[in-house]
Amino acid sequence: MKKKIVDRLRQRYAGDQSPLDEDMISSLGEQPPELMRTSDEAYEALEHVHESRVWEAVRQERDMYQQIHKWSYSSGLRLIKRVYTTLAVLTCGGIILFLLWTVNMLPPFGNPNNPDNNEVAARYIEQGPEETGAVNMVAGMILDYRAFDTFGETTVLFVAACSVLFLLKLNDHKDGKPTSAWLEAEYDDRHHEPKNDQILQFAARLLVPIILLFGFYVIMNGHISPGGGFSGGAIMGAGLILYLNAFGFQKTERFFTYNTFRWITFGSLITYAGLKSYSFYTGANHLGSGISTGTPGALLSAGFILPLNICVGLVVMCTMYTFYTLIRKGGI
Amino acid sequence: MQLVQNVPFFSIMLSMIAAFVSPMLGRRAAKWLSVGLAGAVVCLHIWFLPFMAGFEGSYTYMMGHYPAPWGNELRAGLLEAVVALALSAVMLLSELSGMNKLQRQIDPQKQVFFYVMCDLVLAGMLALIYTNDLFTAYVFIEILALSSCALMMARQVGHTMVASMRYMIMSLLGSGLILIAICLTYNLTGHLLMENIHDVIAVYARDGEYALPITVIIGLFIAGIAIKCGVFPFHMWLPDAYGYSTSAASAVLSSVVSKSYFFLLVKIFYRVIGIDVIMSDMALNLMLVLGVLSMILGSIGAIRCLDIRRMVAYSSVSQIGYLFAWVGLGSTIGVAAAMFHLVVHALCKSMLFLSVSPLCDASGDSKRFEDLRGAGYRYVIPGLAFSIGAMSLVGIPILGGFFSKIFFAEAALFGTRWIRVALLASLALSTLLNAFYFMHTVLTLYRKPKDNFVFQPFQKSRLTTATLSAFGIINLFIGFFAKDIIRFITTGIENLA
Amino acid sequence: MNGLLESLWTHFDVTVAILLFGIGFTTLLLHQNLIKKIIGLNIMDTAVFLFLTTQGFITDRSAPILKEGAEAAAGYVNPIPSGLVLTGIVVSVSVTAVMLSLTIRLFRRYHTLEIDSMTLMMKGEGD
Repeated sequence: MKKKIVDRLRQRYAGDQSPLDEDMISSLGEQPPELMRTSDEAYEALEHVHESRVWEAVRQERDMYQQIHKWSYSSGLRLIKRVYTTLAVLTCGGIILFLLWTVNMLPPFGNPNNPDNNEVAARYIEQGPEETGAVNMVAGMILDYRAFDTFGETTVLFVAACSVLFLLKLNDHKDGKPTSAWLEAEYDDRHHEPKNDQILQFAARLLVPIILLFGFYVIMNGHISPGGGFSGGAIMGAGLILYLNAFGFQKTERFFTYNTFRWITFGSLITYAGLKSYSFYTGANHLGSGISTGTPGALLSAGFILPLNICVGLVVMCTMYTFYTLIRKGGI
Repeated sequence: MQLVQNVPFFSIMLSMIAAFVSPMLGRRAAKWLSVGLAGAVVCLHIWFLPFMAGFEGSYTYMMGHYPAPWGNELRAGLLEAVVALALSAVMLLSELSGMNKLQRQIDPQKQVFFYVMCDLVLAGMLALIYTNDLFTAYVFIEILALSSCALMMARQVGHTMVASMRYMIMSLLGSGLILIAICLTYNLTGHLLMENIHDVIAVYARDGEYALPITVIIGLFIAGIAIKCGVFPFHMWLPDAYGYSTSAASAVLSSVVSKSYFFLLVKIFYRVIGIDVIMSDMALNLMLVLGVLSMILGSIGAIRCLDIRRMVAYSSVSQIGYLFAWVGLGSTIGVAAAMFHLVVHALCKSMLFLSVSPLCDASGDSKRFEDLRGAGYRYVIPGLAFSIGAMSLVGIPILGGFFSKIFFAEAALFGTRWIRVALLASLALSTLLNAFYFMHTVLTLYRKPKDNFVFQPFQKSRLTTATLSAFGIINLFIGFFAKDIIRFITTGIENLA
Repeated sequence: MNGLLESLWTHFDVTVAILLFGIGFTTLLLHQNLIKKIIGLNIMDTAVFLFLTTQGFITDRSAPILKEGAEAAAGYVNPIPSGLVLTGIVVSVSVTAVMLSLTIRLFRRYHTLEIDSMTLMMKGEGD
């Protein structure tokens, strides 16, 4: 069996474009360390193979383990580690006790005379609905009074999506041919994820439209009832993830690709930035805002809050879905 | 309100919009957008600085239609304008100099994301400098943390990923402490805008209420920001992180990111807690001790390095120690000296990181000192730039670092007896240690190469050479403007509260 | 000591929050396994959100959605901490996602989840 694997690998990396054998790949995933230690022939045969990340990492790992094995048994290092751990534990314990001691000097729980129930909260509650037009005072606060913080928060989501794309997105085509990394990822995905599971598909067919509709409702009613862009976006993202799990990548990629993600995120963020820049500029320069707040309680009211909720909801939905697909397969 | 007063708002929003647009563009367009953005911010601040020099005090800029304490605010003063100009100039020059190296080292399909992160670091830096609201500061601290982590792991080799994981862990510990401090502050005062918190804390300090919680809040802010800046003993991630990432990223990280956190700390001291409450508090001694330890142990760490980039990174630990120790002194003159050193060090350290990379290329891609012998003759401009930067940090007269050491010594004279002795002694010892390893390196650059050295032809880049010469000229002549800069900074600090 | 314990019982909400914060902080700092560190980070952040949310609460008042007829500020809890927690949750999720993807890349590269082993391997490799 081992010789067969070695020969097939040699053939493959010598330029043979025959498709990867499923048995071979799965046994590669489980066997390499033993293969390396027992079969010198295999090791020599693969010495010249530099393409395979698995082999290189395993080889290095073996060398490093030998080094670590030699090193970690020196008593000096163990003593230092012990001292460091003790000090760190004591420091953490000290911090916790100190914070506990401090915290019981704070104002008591649930007391209406606390310092933080002051004129700031009073204005948000009393004049919030008429100044911002939002019945949900928290939505009015985060999307109108303190909109810059929410802008920063949406940017944090964007940075996270870009970082995860940076790290995990695989280059799928090189010179027109699919790269080996992409093929391996597709193989892993098909091998480990459920395929055409009847129960899941039946449940998804029922639930996904309801979930998406509910998420849409939560976003649109963010200024009237509890909810808003973040919660609604998370709900819609969850709906998309369920759809992907039930029906697989091929069906989902019909309507949601990397380009879709890019355009939706770009559009929403630019709209948010544009609307809020107008608001900040007119506010700071003491010009009137010119946007009416409508009647509180109606769907189309609250000035910019409804469009901002929609933008935020779209960004959150795309980002949640992107996190899931990148971690699962390395590509949207 | 005049048009020029909108500059802080314009710079922040321009940076963020550029970051949003960049993923839609190709590699080249994103690159020039990023450089163009940094250039635009520098030009806006060159327009803004003379206005602020003539303006009395500082002004607030409402972000929205609601004044403090109900809406967000920015606040701009002379000190903020000076620091923002310096740091955005560093950003522009770093991006230009490091561009060739990063084009070679980063996967072409992912380079767009690198430029997005550079734009966001610029936005985060400007927001931390200008914000008047604690919670906005926290959100932008997180933006900076995530984008600096991404800058660090841009190269995507094993070293950078381990280094960036360790950086993220320490950075998140720091953010957690800062967040708890903000929550405690809100609990005690009920406000998030800095001046309002100051009023309430002044009342508490006068009546003696909540004395221990206020001390704990100050301690948590100091600890959180110290962890994020990388002072001793939280510096373990620094040498790997700055040493292995691409040169533009190291320059930006060491000069822009940690300085923004430090500036926020000084702003919190002056504007949130109030300098009188701070000075009578024990928590400042913590800063002093951490600063002195960093100064000495950072330099000792640098001496032990065999690798030039790690040496420059350890030197960063030492220099951030200077900043912490002199703010820990607790006087306006100490803070002014620290701010001056912040500006000089930002300009200097980024130039060091950027000139090390071409010198290593000229020595066959090796970072070790034995291979760098004679590199100053092989590639003249980076060698000169490194020498100017090294001499400035050591404190050779006429250069910027000399004036910062004079200001430090002056400020140290105004402390109590033990503090004066400790600070002057550590200043002297640290200068001696700095001279040891920096002069050793400068001399190595101009020594005869090893006998078995094989000259390998390398590619010289005109962009890098031109930008490093501009950088070198700025560092050479900043000493001549030291008096004006320190005058601006002192006026700015008076208006900081 | 008794007074301290009683005071902790009256402030039981922030006490629990600080204990959880301490657990999360310690886990993030001291555990070697990366996944446990990420779990510690999440516990720490959740503890801070608990701390913030309980500050907004006022006994016998309702959620900050306008009800007909009750307009005065005396009918509602403080809306500000809820808004801050919203922001905090999004930040926490983003940071967890980035840490998890870094963990995936590191595992693919070093085939281990212990940060100390990874550091040793990294130093052993040279540059």
